[in-house]
Amino acid sequence: MKRFLEGSQAVANSVALCKPGVIAAYPITPQTHIPEELSKLVAEGLLNSEFVNVESEHSAASVVLGSTACGVRSYTATSSQGLLLMGEVLFNIAGLRLPVVLTCANRAVSAPINIWNDQQDSISLRDSGWAQFYVENIQEAVDFHIIAYRLAEDRNIMLPVMVCMDGYILTHGVEVVDMPEQKDVDRFLPAYKPLYKLDIENPLTLGFLADTDYYMETRFAIQKTHQEILDLLPKITHDFRNVFGRDYGEGLIETYRTTDAERVIVAMGSVCGTIKEVVDQLRRKGKKVGLLKVITYRPFPIDKIYEALKNVPKVAVLDRALSLGADAPLYTEIRAIFFGKKRSPKLIRSFIAGLGGRDITLDSIKEIFKKLSLKTTEEEFIDLKPELLKDKV
Amino acid sequence: MREDILFASGHTACAGCGQAIAARLVIESAGPNTIIANNTGCLEVFSTKYPESSWGVPWIHSLFENAAAVASGIESALQYLGKKNIQVIAQAGDGGTADIGLQALSGMWERGHNILSICYDNEAYMNTGIQRSSLTPLDSETTTTPVGEKSFGNPTLKKPVAEIALAHGIPYVATASVGFPQDLQKKIKKALSIRGPKYIQIHVPCPLGWRHEPNLTYRIARLAVETGLYPLIEYENGVLSSARKISVVAVEEYLKLQARFKHLLNNEEEIKKIQEIANNNIKRYSLS
Repeated sequence: MKRFLEGSQAVANSVALCKPGVIAAYPITPQTHIPEELSKLVAEGLLNSEFVNVESEHSAASVVLGSTACGVRSYTATSSQGLLLMGEVLFNIAGLRLPVVLTCANRAVSAPINIWNDQQDSISLRDSGWAQFYVENIQEAVDFHIIAYRLAEDRNIMLPVMVCMDGYILTHGVEVVDMPEQKDVDRFLPAYKPLYKLDIENPLTLGFLADTDYYMETRFAIQKTHQEILDLLPKITHDFRNVFGRDYGEGLIETYRTTDAERVIVAMGSVCGTIKEVVDQLRRKGKKVGLLKVITYRPFPIDKIYEALKNVPKVAVLDRALSLGADAPLYTEIRAIFFGKKRSPKLIRSFIAGLGGRDITLDSIKEIFKKLSLKTTEEEFIDLKPELLKDKV
Repeated sequence: MREDILFASGHTACAGCGQAIAARLVIESAGPNTIIANNTGCLEVFSTKYPESSWGVPWIHSLFENAAAVASGIESALQYLGKKNIQVIAQAGDGGTADIGLQALSGMWERGHNILSICYDNEAYMNTGIQRSSLTPLDSETTTTPVGEKSFGNPTLKKPVAEIALAHGIPYVATASVGFPQDLQKKIKKALSIRGPKYIQIHVPCPLGWRHEPNLTYRIARLAVETGLYPLIEYENGVLSSARKISVVAVEEYLKLQARFKHLLNNEEEIKKIQEIANNNIKRYSLS
């Protein structure tokens, strides 16, 4: 049913359709509207779930760790500092192979404190073992939470999934959303049947000490499972299309007008909507430009990206996060795909934009396409204010 | 492993480990209808080294400071599943309880989860090599409170965790000692018969960290109680409901068996301070 919904409200209702038995959350802007809406659904008796108001994000992640280990589908959401405070628990959840689903309402990381959107928080957790989706709009946010549970709980996967949605832009933005029907979600997403759980009938020990003889294999196993996600996700999105009618291709990347493109921007999240608009405008003027949207950042769909970009002469990679002291994260990984390959873009350039909520406008995107025609290969910050840099900080 | 053994031998604890004895007493009192969440620490390390486990009940270890929150999740899941009869225990050492895990523990108490939290108090970070915790007693020598020209060892008193638990208004708070196993078992059973959050802090000597002979664990544990340094008390619904009477032994008798206090033995002034702590306990809880 089509409804006019705020992103957070839409996501909360999507999560509710997945029927988590335990929800734990700690408030942080801009995540707050999601747990608020879920607590309301529980209070009104519309969702049968234990809602645990914890004293920190560390405990929010730990509660859903415990409840998932007990065999109950669970959910949490956070942003920024909250995600970083969860950090060690997130690594632990992945290591324990617990299929938790978490929404990251992407926000900049302090200091200086800033509540606005960029993707530094979830990018900083990219090595935690979680799968990561970056959604472009509220409809995708709704749909990818349902896909996330289906993927996480698959018995061949058993890994947690983080759905990353740009804070404010998507959490507080309002769109017409096609909300899935409960019967369709039930058909697409079977009840969670854990491979193992805390059960007095079958008392298992979880969370062993693994020394030098065993630890490395556990990490190798997660690495292999991430490869399997690349094969499984296209099947899941195929099923999703059959049930709900919306097509996300293979769920890994989306190409937009790239077939004959001479200049392509690679990006993740809500900025892809802005880029599509600019691509359409420039195409009307006869410019051969396009967009490659990375939906699944972990596992990183190397082969798909290679195929999509191998014939594109010039590629701009737009990061909304940094790896301070090195090249930007997405840029580094896109570059690495083409090392030693015969076919490769002649130019791959790094652009950083939209940190701490600075608007990425149509003009910002046009500037990136324009600068891609120049000879330089330098990293470039878009919409930087040089007048603020006069005094050394 | 025999199915009726809930905490099997063959683990890798040191000889004379008070925590290993207490852990067995706890789970044997609780019985098989129990799920345990365990903080990182000696107990976790010596009982669950892959591929072996001592545990005959469902048991999970996540991190150093989050057993209380993990247990909260387990208890919430059991509520959701309608399995309200299954007991949940969150257990940790003194560092995992009084220091790094206190926030999660406070949250668990405040929210009112039906969980028994256990602190195995061996009075320092033994797993990492005998560093001081906030439950290390006055003048105890640890590797981070060494004795020197300007130091008598740990300069602070034990953090009053039982009182902190009480301040949360939880229905049952007790201290126990591995030197009094029947009292300990009785308290575990009573705690588990009460719905809501419960806290039991168990004094467990550590031969390695306290530097005493392994065969003295039981004797030293009893002396801690008999001197008044570790009163065995019980609070039900916020009211002191029992305090074990003692014969009142001088604190030197307890201190002299442990090399962590050996620098005090010719120091009347410092011993006086420790005797003062015991005297205050004796008076406060009417122990004699």
